[in-house]
Amino acid sequence: MSDAARSREEQLELYDQGFTQAVPHNRALGLRFVDFADGEATIVLPFAEHLVGNPESGVLHGGAVTSLLDATCGAAVFMKLQSPEPIATLDLRIDYLKRGEPRRDLCCKAHCYKVTRHVAFVRGIAYHDDESDPIAAASGSFIIQGRGRPIVGKVAP
Amino acid sequence: MSELVRRIQQAKATGDFRALLDMIPYARWLGIDTEVIDGELVGKLKFSDPLIGNPVLPALHGGTIGALIESTAIFRLFYAAETVVIPKTINLTVAYLRSGRPVDTYAQAHMTKHGRRVASAWVEVWQEDRERLIATGTVNLLIEPLTARTPEASASDDP
Repeated sequence: MSDAARSREEQLELYDQGFTQAVPHNRALGLRFVDFADGEATIVLPFAEHLVGNPESGVLHGGAVTSLLDATCGAAVFMKLQSPEPIATLDLRIDYLKRGEPRRDLCCKAHCYKVTRHVAFVRGIAYHDDESDPIAAASGSFIIQGRGRPIVGKVAP
Repeated sequence: MSELVRRIQQAKATGDFRALLDMIPYARWLGIDTEVIDGELVGKLKFSDPLIGNPVLPALHGGTIGALIESTAIFRLFYAAETVVIPKTINLTVAYLRSGRPVDTYAQAHMTKHGRRVASAWVEVWQEDRERLIATGTVNLLIEPLTARTPEASASDDP
């Protein structure tokens, strides 16, 4: 393996640690951070029986899909920021485009296409294995809370 | 009649969704429940550590609040519809107003439209203080009456 490939592998490991292992709900869902680029993140939700929404069809519950899209959109914002800063979802819209297939993993790819001083704008899609045939699409905005504030600490409600 | 439909009917008739919730693995796993408070159906997300999305604050994961919103809108439709319907979510929009604290969370759905094909709900989400909303959501649901479930209809491309 080349040095560049090794360092990318290590970075991927680091991101997986930060985005999926260190976040209790993402870890509980079994999310895996699998790919990244500038302003882009790809996360996989492996199928599990306890995530089923309709026991008669075996399709994932919408809530699990929403969590996957939210997590991946948030990760895409981090991929766009110059330095890690706390962010919070301001607004998220999910469109269900077609019925998911029973007992299959879901992959989500999100792209942060614009960052202003305080707000990041993101789009994402969820699909089984064909990006051009998505199950769900998301569009969200995130508040960047770190600018001019300490990284740790509660933001006044 | 399928067991799921039977339990939807039972929940409609009694306002007790426990038997139905028991049949939905994700709802059980996440801790989704319902209560009838002052004659109104209220969705509940029981707090547990795996719901945390920000361990520093700590705050609930935005996806879990979205799950509560979508589920509460669907329960409200079950409750309001004249017959048993199987709704499919067309889309949902969540406005996150405050971070969700690590406590139980409640949601109430108001049907803003209840047509033959589409039902829309506006959902309020709060924790300790009913007046202090932590999120609001809008959910559009596609209604599929059981009687209209012909083989042709089930083969449709709708989500």
